[in-house]
Amino acid sequence: MHTLVLVKQVPDTKNAKLHPVTYTIDRSSTVNITNPSDLHAVEAAVRLKETYGGIVSSLSMGPPSAVETIRETIQMGVDHGFMISDRAFAGADTLATAYALSIAAQKIERTVSPLDLIITGKMTIDGDTGQVGPGVARRLGWYVLTNVVDIVEVQLKDRLMTVRRQNNSGYEVVRTPLPALLAVDPSINKPRRASMPNMVRAARYQPTIWSANDLEGVDRSKLGLKGSPTIVRKVFPPPKPEGGERVEGSLEDQVKFLTKILLERPEWIKTREKV
Amino acid sequence: MQGRALILGERKDGKLRQVTLEATSAAKKVTSGEVVVLLLGDGSDASTKEMLGAYGADRLLTIEHEALRHYTSDAFMQALRAAVDHVQPEVIVFGHTAIGKDIAPRLAARLGAGLISDVVDIVEKDGVVHFVRPIYAGKAFEERTIEKAPMMFTIRPNNIAPLAESAGRNVQEETLALEIKDLRSMIEEVVKKATSGVDLSEAKIVVSGGRGTKGEEGFKLLYELAEVLGGAVGASRGACDAGYVDYALQIGQTGKVVTPDLYIACGISGAIQHLAGMSASKVIVAINKDPEAPIFQVADYGIVGDMFEVLPPLIEAFKKIKSA
Repeated sequence: MHTLVLVKQVPDTKNAKLHPVTYTIDRSSTVNITNPSDLHAVEAAVRLKETYGGIVSSLSMGPPSAVETIRETIQMGVDHGFMISDRAFAGADTLATAYALSIAAQKIERTVSPLDLIITGKMTIDGDTGQVGPGVARRLGWYVLTNVVDIVEVQLKDRLMTVRRQNNSGYEVVRTPLPALLAVDPSINKPRRASMPNMVRAARYQPTIWSANDLEGVDRSKLGLKGSPTIVRKVFPPPKPEGGERVEGSLEDQVKFLTKILLERPEWIKTREKV
Repeated sequence: MQGRALILGERKDGKLRQVTLEATSAAKKVTSGEVVVLLLGDGSDASTKEMLGAYGADRLLTIEHEALRHYTSDAFMQALRAAVDHVQPEVIVFGHTAIGKDIAPRLAARLGAGLISDVVDIVEKDGVVHFVRPIYAGKAFEERTIEKAPMMFTIRPNNIAPLAESAGRNVQEETLALEIKDLRSMIEEVVKKATSGVDLSEAKIVVSGGRGTKGEEGFKLLYELAEVLGGAVGASRGACDAGYVDYALQIGQTGKVVTPDLYIACGISGAIQHLAGMSASKVIVAINKDPEAPIFQVADYGIVGDMFEVLPPLIEAFKKIKSA
């Protein structure tokens, strides 16, 4: 079984500072991390390898610094790491990103072996879209399952897998043919710590890096800014939270106050609507 | 823009979801053309038609099929593509719901269309439509434009107000026959969670608990309060990780994003990932023992206190009011 995990290096938005004028992320004061959600995807792929055998590859699109993210996947037990890195990819929105990744995934199939499965995280913490996984699946003509919370079973012989996924009202158990793309929910597992041998291997690991020229048959008009139908016009901060009123007094006073504001709710909300 | 708009309508227990009416309103901000709402699965009743008309839709397109009663992206993709061929829309709108998040990127890739997800506001500047969406876990917003038709976007529930109701508008109804073939995936089992009817992402009132609930006992109080207020119960990731409640209730960046009129946070400290899922709520009440908890920075009303002391008398007070 050959599983590919899509990973992204992102600014640590949890601790990031925004530039006071442009409101983009201030790179000088922000560290890059592997998108937290993607580590659950790596863990799921490595567990599949441990149960069913086979190999795991990882793929990332990004600047040269994304080597660190590939190394992190190697630490967790991924066998082969790949990157696509080129100025031609810069400024890509989700459509152009999905296109480039799908072309690279096909090259991985030619380079290593055909893929049975692609696993992605739920979304990245910088873009917050969750669009790239389903977009890649569509490009490859594969089936896609999002919000996967459990991989129940893989029947390699019959080329089928069964997963549990969250839907609007609860869960459903779905059986799907392979190859397929799964976007996993963070609740699916706890990413492991690196083992000593894997850490040693990762430290020296050099991923295979492809430029746009290395991707045979790629349509350059679909890459990067040129291939992106959506454009960012402006970035701005949310209204500063002022912190509200502290409700003081005895327990009885506090409860009385709460009851009162809850009862006044409809009118009160209209006059205090936030941006 | 004057082209047609297509909206993937959603229903729950046979009733239109609020987000579908919000999508109708959103479509009207983008185009002056006809707004077509697509409903999949079962046929529609008179009250659905009436409601769609009252809230600004011009046409209702239904595709009835057994395979569309439950969502699978395979069957829905086939239906959506047929609808797109039929309607030839220049604008396609989805709710940012489990279904919209799943299907919109696939359709966008198929059409080679631009897609903007999780839109919270739509503004026009010099004749160009700008879509506003949160980024970096809500630390900032971006305005994005789509350079070519069709324009596709998903809207975050409870952010774009439905149009004012206008009675007596007629909706043309049309049924599209469709043969659905080669379904590759099969749903083997559907487990409905007992989340008391009110859908978390669309609820007007959300009562939410964190680690401070200490477990099932604490959540029992939250369920009682939610019931007397007519709201839904949510949870922080901490509470889900601790096993107090199911992840289906998780609110935050990786869980559900909610924008209710009223959010009551009990025993939640307010990590940024949680704030990303709820800080745009119109009114936030926080109850926490720790006066330094970050949740108080976004709360309109903060009570430094023990939820186990505050909630029981509050529930009692509302029970009395309701029975009076």
